[in-house]
Parts: sequence; C-alpha cells; structure tokens
Amino acid sequence: MGAIGEYFQNIKETVSTIFEGMAVTASHFMRKPYTVQYPDRIAVRVQDTLPYRYRGILNVDLEICTGCLACERACPIDCIVIACEKDQKTKVLTISQFDIDIIKCMYCGLCSEPCPTGAIHHTSEFEGADFSTESMIRRFVTDPIDAYKPKKGPETDERIAPILNRGMRYINEFATPGQAWAGGAVVNGAPPADGEEEADAQE
Amino acid sequence: MQELINSLVSSKSFGGMPATIVGAIVIIVLSAVVFLGVAFPFAGIVSWVERRVWARIQSRVGPNRVGPNGFLQWLADGVKHVCKEDVIPADSDPHLFKMAPYLVVLAFVLPWAVMPFSSALILADMNVGILYMTSVTAITVVGVLMAGWASNDKWSLIGGIRSAAQIVSYEIPAGLSIFPVVLMTGTLSMQSIIKAQGWAPQHWFLFANPFTFVAANILYVSALAEGNRTPFDLPEAESELVAGFATEYSGMRYLFFFMAEWGNLFIIGAIITTLFLGGWQFPRVTNNAVVMNVLQLITFNVKVLFLVFLSMWIRGTLPRVRIDQLMSLCWKYFVPISFVNMLGTAVWVAIWPDGNSVAGYIMFAVGLVVAFIFVQRVIYYVRRSRMELYFRPTI
Ligand code: SF4
Ligand code: SF4
Repeated sequence: MGAIGEYFQNIKETVSTIFEGMAVTASHFMRKPYTVQYPDRIAVRVQDTLPYRYRGILNVDLEICTGCLACERACPIDCIVIACEKDQKTKVLTISQFDIDIIKCMYCGLCSEPCPTGAIHHTSEFEGADFSTESMIRRFVTDPIDAYKPKKGPETDERIAPILNRGMRYINEFATPGQAWAGGAVVNGAPPADGEEEADAQE
Repeated sequence: MQELINSLVSSKSFGGMPATIVGAIVIIVLSAVVFLGVAFPFAGIVSWVERRVWARIQSRVGPNRVGPNGFLQWLADGVKHVCKEDVIPADSDPHLFKMAPYLVVLAFVLPWAVMPFSSALILADMNVGILYMTSVTAITVVGVLMAGWASNDKWSLIGGIRSAAQIVSYEIPAGLSIFPVVLMTGTLSMQSIIKAQGWAPQHWFLFANPFTFVAANILYVSALAEGNRTPFDLPEAESELVAGFATEYSGMRYLFFFMAEWGNLFIIGAIITTLFLGGWQFPRVTNNAVVMNVLQLITFNVKVLFLVFLSMWIRGTLPRVRIDQLMSLCWKYFVPISFVNMLGTAVWVAIWPDGNSVAGYIMFAVGLVVAFIFVQRVIYYVRRSRMELYFRPTI
C-alpha cells in the first residue's frame, strides 16, 4: 500500500495546495494596491510622510552652530569642510566656510550625533539630483557668520529660541532610542497593513 | 477564400495571371495582415495585461503611465527593443544565432492557420488540424535549442537543453490527452471536433466524462510547460540561468522570443477551447450567417482569453518547480494518468458510442460545486486578511 498510497497522496496534495494558492491570489485581485505612485500621483508629498528620524539630505542651522568642528571630525569620509577663525582680541569665532558634499555623504548620521545643539541634522528631503557635481556641494556659509555661544540659562533671543528647540528635540530623539520610535512612523497617513499580520498571529 | 481568389482572377485586375499565383499573393497578403494586425499586437497587449494582473496579485499597480492606464506600454517596449543594438557575440555561431528567433516565431505563427475562430472564419480546416497544431508548435524546441547552442554560453546552453527536455517530455502527456477527444469524435479536424460539442457546458467535452475532465487539465498544464510558462519556466529561470536560452540576445531578436511566448498563450487557450470547451459553439439565435459568425468569434475569444487570464493567474501564484520535480510530474504522474484516461475513454465510448448526456449533467454539476467551493475559499481569505476591497481593474 505504502508507495501507492503515497502516490495518490501526492496527487491529492498537489491539487489541493494549488487550489488553495489560487484562492489566495484570487482574493488579492480585490485588494487595493499599496503602491505609492511617487512622484506625481500622491495625495501628500512623500517628504511629509517620512518619519522624523528619516536620514535625508543634511541641513545646518548656522544660527545655532557653535563651530566646535565635532561634526567634521565625526564624519568618516570627510565630506564636511568647516573653516573657523578666532579673532584673538574679541574672542569671537567666525565661521567662514561650511560645506557638505552630499555626493560623498552616505547618510550615516554620525555627524549629527555629537553636535551639541542639533545644528547639523538630517531633513526628510531626498531629491538631490542635479546636472553637475559642483552643485551637489552644499555651501551653507555665504557671508562669514559669528558662531553661536550657548547661554547659561534658556535661550532668550526670540529668533533663535525656536531653532534651538528644534535642535534639542532632534538630539533627544537620537539620544534616547526608546522615545524615538514612540514618535511613530506614520506612513502615508494610513496605518500600515496590519490585517494580515494579526490574522497570521491568530493561527 | 476560394471565391475571393476566383473573383480576383475573373476581374482581370492582375492582368491574366494564373489562378495559383493570384491565390498565393492573396494568401500572403492576408496572412501578413492577420499576423501583423492580430497575432503580434495580441502578444504585445498580453504582455501588458499580464504585468497588470501580476501587479494586482502582488498588491502593486503595474505599468500605468504610457497611454491610458499604461495600455501603450507594449508599444513603447516594442519600439525600444527595435531601436536597440542587435548584438551578436563574437564566439557564437552567427547563422544559427540569427535564425533561432525566427524558428520560434514560426512555431508561433503557423498554428494560426488552423485556428477555428468561427464556423466560417478559419484559414484552412485541415482534416488533421489538431495533429498539425501539436506538430508545428513543437518547432519551438528547435529554435530554443538552436539559440542555446549557438550563443556559446553555458547559461544559454543549459536553458536550451532544459527546454528541449521539457518540451519533448510534455509532448507525450499532451498528445495522449488529445487522444480521448479524438476517440470520441473520430476526427482530427478542428471544426469537426467543435461541431461534435454543443454550446451548453454540459455538452462540452470537458464535462463529457471524468476522463476527459482530467485530460483537459493535463493538456492545459502540459501546454503551459511546453510554452515555458511559470511554474515551468526553467529554460529561462532568471534566478538561476540569467535569462536561459535568451541570455545573449538583445533588441529585436530578444523581442521575438518573448512575443512568441506571450502569443503562444493564445494558441494554448485555443487548443483547449477547441478540444474541451466547445470552441465557437453559440446557440442558434439568428439565421443571419454574418451575425452568427460574429457571435461565434466573440464566444471563442472570450473562452480563449479566460484561459489566457488563467495562465497569468497561475504564473502569479505558483513558484517555479525544480527540474527533477518537473520530470517526475511528467513521467510519473501525467503519462500514466493520460494512459488511464485514454483507456477509460475507450471503454466509455465502447459502452456509450453516442456519449452519455446524464454524465454530462453530473460532471457539470460537479464542476459547479468545485467552483462554488473555490469562491468560498476566496471569501474566506478576503475575510481573514480583512483587506480593503477594491474592485476597479485600474488605478
Ligand atoms: S551623514 Fe555621515 S557621511 Fe554624511 S556628512 Fe554626516 S558623518 Fe559624514
Ligand atoms: S554643526 Fe554642530 S557639530 Fe558641527 S560645528 Fe556646528 S555645532 Fe559643532
């Protein structure tokens, strides 16, 4: 019986599993596609749907940059170039150059971790394509600017306070991972597809 | 056909040429129109439909940018391939290499000669129609093997050899599954086989008796295997063989292989429709021959297109089988079962020479029950995954 029974068992299993498989895919014909039709056929800009911790193209808030060069030193591939001069008499630090080569940048985030004020940070922007490599070097300093000096107490300058707030929040998000995800990655305004996972968990 | 040629000859518009030459010209022009106007666009459109169907199976969208809903994608792809350089590898056998795609396309266009679109629309109602169909589609193996050999590339060669093994093996169950129908009708002509069936499902050979039902399924699977369709697309298994026998091909020649593959879907569907699904049979609602023919044409195409859709659905569902599984499926399962079918049908025909109409109704009822269970399973899966229902075929 053994071999013959196995033979018919094989046939039965082939037919029944294909039958089930076809039923599963048939149910998918009625399922709404999940595709995000980037870039044009979308309700919200993709940039706005990305999580807060998304590592896009770097941006620097020069208003709160202390010129400490921590980011330049942290970058493993030296794509940040900063030039600072200290006026010996007035003791004022002036930043005359702050370039980030976003071609070289690998979006590792190592530069934004040591930044004391959260001045250098990733944005959710990722559309960086351009026609020349020269234009891919982001030059943040046009006119030499004085570096920021942290105050003892809370920031009083009305112009700088919100920027510093954002910077500190950024640092907090990165420093405490548990909290970071609590911010929640809301993709596309809709909760991610959870129906299936739940159903699978029930089995 | 003959009247058209006669009228052309008598109208003297060809300057008194002999009838055979006029006939040849007419046939060449007609075939060119049919192939360029029907067969090739069909293959292209199928490629687009197929990508959309898979996309929906995988909760994606598929090509939807070129033209309305991406409908012109096939044209864009075709033009792109035509514009590409036709690379012929230095170490290849250039003549065989160039010839191979044409043989594959030849195997795709030849069956259209006996395609029974309606009671009048058939190029040639040969008395060995179905035999002709199975023999000319087997030319593919020569083209594929030639492509694999001439490319002088190990992937191509493995693909070609696999294809040869696969097509030759599956010819046997396919041929044996045609046999029950031939036994019941006593003819090989496409039109006579269709005329032996009725328009109602219980008069189709699919439901004539249990053996023909199994034979239809075996024939369909074997035809898929011969057409190199997933789950039997081992000759061009992308993950193992780059692109199999088509690895070294580019541009127009590459396009020919895939056009033939997609076009073959229609031929697979047409064979099954003719043999088992009643072909163009449509209830006689009017005596107007033209209207009847149009209705028959639509009936035939609806049935064929359903089978084409089914093959896309299967391709989106089943994973590729291993080569040993492929061979064991053919030799250990299909061949013995086909023989049983053949003997069973022979006995059946001996007992009920004119067929058994009760069996037809019972088989049709069984078919309905299977379809009902299938729908129940689909509803179960829809409920289970609590999906967002979306019935538009487009997006
Ligand atoms: S993200 Fe990484 S690679 Fe890019 S600038 Fe910062 S440290 Fe350098
Ligand atoms: S961006 Fe941050 S780390 Fe870099 S120099 Fe300015 S304050 Fe220092």
